[in-house]
Amino acid sequence: MSGRPLLRMSGVTKSFLGVRVLHGVDLELRPGELHALVGENGAGKSTLMKVLAGVHRADGGTIELEGERVSFEHPVQAQRAGVTTVFQEFNLLPERTVAENVFLGREIRRRGLVDGRSMERATAELLAELELEGIEPWHRVRSLSVAEQQIVEIVKALSHDARIISMDEPTAALADHEVEVLYRIIGRLRARGVAVLYVSHRMREIFDLADTITVLKDGHHVDTVPADGITPAELVRTMVGRPVSAVFPERLEPHGEHVGRVRLSVSGGGNTQLDGIGFEVRGGEILGLGGLQGSGRTEVARALFGVERFTRGEVAVDGRRVDPRSPRRAVRAGLVLVTEDRKAQGLALNQSVTANGRLVLDAVWPFGSARGARRLPGILSSVELVARGGHGQEVRFLSGGNQQKVVLAKWLAADPGVMVLDEPTRGIDVGAKQAVYRLMRELAAAGVAIVLISSELPELIGMSDRLVVLRDGRVAGELPGGASEEAVMAMATGSPHESSTPASPAGPASTPEPAGSADPSDTAGPSDTAASPDPADHGSGSSPDSGSSSPDNGGGSPARHEEAAP
Amino acid sequence: MTPTPTQDTRGSGALAALAALGRGGTATVALLLALIFAGIATQNPSFFEGPPLMAFAQKAAPLVVLAIGQYLVIVSGEFDLSVGSLVGAQVVVAARLIDGREDMTLPVIGLMMLFGLAVGLVNGLVTTLLRVPSIITTLGTMLILFGAVRYWTGGAPTGALSESFRAFGRRGIEGVPVLGEIPWALLIALVLTVGAVLCMRSPFGRSLVATGDNDVAAAFSGVRVWRVRTMAFVGSSLMATVAAVLIGGYAGVTAQVGDGLEFTAITAVVLGGVVLGGGRGTVVAAVLGALTLEALFTLFTQFYLPSTFQPSVQGLIIIAAVAYAARRGDLRLPERLRRRPDHPTERSLGTSRR
Repeated sequence: MSGRPLLRMSGVTKSFLGVRVLHGVDLELRPGELHALVGENGAGKSTLMKVLAGVHRADGGTIELEGERVSFEHPVQAQRAGVTTVFQEFNLLPERTVAENVFLGREIRRRGLVDGRSMERATAELLAELELEGIEPWHRVRSLSVAEQQIVEIVKALSHDARIISMDEPTAALADHEVEVLYRIIGRLRARGVAVLYVSHRMREIFDLADTITVLKDGHHVDTVPADGITPAELVRTMVGRPVSAVFPERLEPHGEHVGRVRLSVSGGGNTQLDGIGFEVRGGEILGLGGLQGSGRTEVARALFGVERFTRGEVAVDGRRVDPRSPRRAVRAGLVLVTEDRKAQGLALNQSVTANGRLVLDAVWPFGSARGARRLPGILSSVELVARGGHGQEVRFLSGGNQQKVVLAKWLAADPGVMVLDEPTRGIDVGAKQAVYRLMRELAAAGVAIVLISSELPELIGMSDRLVVLRDGRVAGELPGGASEEAVMAMATGSPHESSTPASPAGPASTPEPAGSADPSDTAGPSDTAASPDPADHGSGSSPDSGSSSPDNGGGSPARHEEAAP
Repeated sequence: MTPTPTQDTRGSGALAALAALGRGGTATVALLLALIFAGIATQNPSFFEGPPLMAFAQKAAPLVVLAIGQYLVIVSGEFDLSVGSLVGAQVVVAARLIDGREDMTLPVIGLMMLFGLAVGLVNGLVTTLLRVPSIITTLGTMLILFGAVRYWTGGAPTGALSESFRAFGRRGIEGVPVLGEIPWALLIALVLTVGAVLCMRSPFGRSLVATGDNDVAAAFSGVRVWRVRTMAFVGSSLMATVAAVLIGGYAGVTAQVGDGLEFTAITAVVLGGVVLGGGRGTVVAAVLGALTLEALFTLFTQFYLPSTFQPSVQGLIIIAAVAYAARRGDLRLPERLRRRPDHPTERSLGTSRR
């Protein structure tokens, strides 16, 4: 791992429209090394990657590849030199096969015609080299899962004889078991001497994988350290530039008239994907909706919001029965959904912060929107939006975290009673995550009923007062806040675990606990123990050395599950 | 790198408005208009002396009105190709129904408005509810109107418009100092422009632009996408009806009236920097685009270029303007090309309405 660096970037600067986003960044990559590039969103990680990939040209500084100075003007040039990039947005053609995608733009030809068979053979060799099963060269990309598509991107990179592969948040869209496949592939790449530049917000991955960590902040190179020379807490502090006191903010003292009242109740909800969905959420409570990808979490959110409605069962908001047939009706009833995909479903990217912020008001209450919009500046500052260009700036120029804050502000302007948040922190930086967590706590304390959907178990467990776990479109059971990750996973996968309590499929999940589910003393203990070993945003339970945290949680959980059983 | 300290929307409102003008291409098209006017002035120094300017305004007014209508549709992410045929149909039908009788003027104008409303509703509802792409829907209505009018009139328009009908297109307030006569057409176009600007600032206008930018996000925010888009089509058809009144008055009744106007209107809007695909650009830019195009044609006349050449110029303008818009800022790929393909199990749940 020592020896001559494969790549040396020094003093790289880059400006966009006069705004300098990289201030003399240095970076060295050695063969077989995994170099993690971390920093908050907007720190310049993506720009640096794009400079390396030849998408952008550096304004200043030098890039040396094996001691030779290079300057890539086009991604193809970089690829020819063995520098490839797997971007967050895949560049795959869904209707083409794996092999066709791998060799896109440089198809193997024989007598002027594309030689499909050799392309498939070459692709099969690459797949075999990575010891991957389940993907065949003739599969259509459309039929692959997100994780498999990512693998195709990596194979594509390898087919260029890549010596350097940079990956931009490769796990953002992957489920846990898929992440392991990625780990394995990365291991093989490194064994081949490929250097990997890895951008991620997930502390667990960084410390699992990285040899070296470079921290960027506001376009400046802050530090480069060996991964075993820094703790997650120190790393987060370096990234944010300030200590992040606790992983998840404390519950706040509830106030407001709605605290403790049932604000959302669902019973017997079902449609083509769901069956027997039943739960209640009270004002002041954060209900976590857990389950594997495809278990129906997002579908429940969409059904509540009237996108793919429940065809049976009942939904009531604040005691009034509602039939959410469209998002508009749901919003009128006081229920809003912060969607999973903020770019496709949450924002009009070419419009200003203000226009996005008041869109719900304009659409749903056109005659009161001017009055409602007067609250917008206050709401935007309460979500801690940092928009350099003011509120007239188009949201496409904002970082992911700030875009998410605009989405939240848009919904807060509607003054909702029930807020469903589907993956509210996906792809946003540590600072923005903290802001979202704090906001959730404040809203809960003010009497809003919150339903949180998250694939990140530590987040789900740490933020929720109560968990409803789904499996195959049904409610698999209910767990108290602070349950162990093992208990949640056991329930989500349906593996025989002593603590799983299947709820009756037809009936609503009864909540014998009174309003006290929002009571801090009830849940603070377990969640604190779950969170304490790792002050970073990705927590304890599943990091390899923290198996000790499970017994004490597991000890507490079974008794509480009995309470939740009907 | 100067971070704007002000977070107050009211404080940065003026700046933001200026920036929005620049982004929408308004500044660019205004500059272009000034250049062409300067070109006209060198050829014909008396152009700005009042009466010639008013004559220009009268001639440009119908296109301005059409551009406003086309803007509404384009900014919502659709097209309206039916306006040219609609103008032709309205003029020919009005001539036949009025047949020179003064007392028929107002009832027929009312009827034209209803007909425009109906065409707009059909365009809008077929596009949004039956999900026929608008370029096809309005191509269909364009052909239907074209054929129906030919069939009904037997190929040659009959009847005549009344004097009071024609007054809108070719009379004005007389005896104004310096300007001479202020044409009614100019006043109508001004009123509609102001109305359109206000409309675009209203909740409806904001919802319309958001729909053009991202109709899924708009629908998720509670916008009734089908409704705002249908209203845009109705607006376009009503504007075409107003334009028909102006054109009928100005140019009289021929079988060719309205031919190709849809393309002129689209050219005007595109020239104003309103990007095809929706979500960007201002109505003022579209109006300036119409004026610029008309000024350009005036300049051609002064250079004795034949008017038959105009469609070719429009074609060049459309391509050049869109290419320019694409180069402004970073190259903008359509969102759907950049987005990662959905997870297959989630694909069936997609909500894109297009």
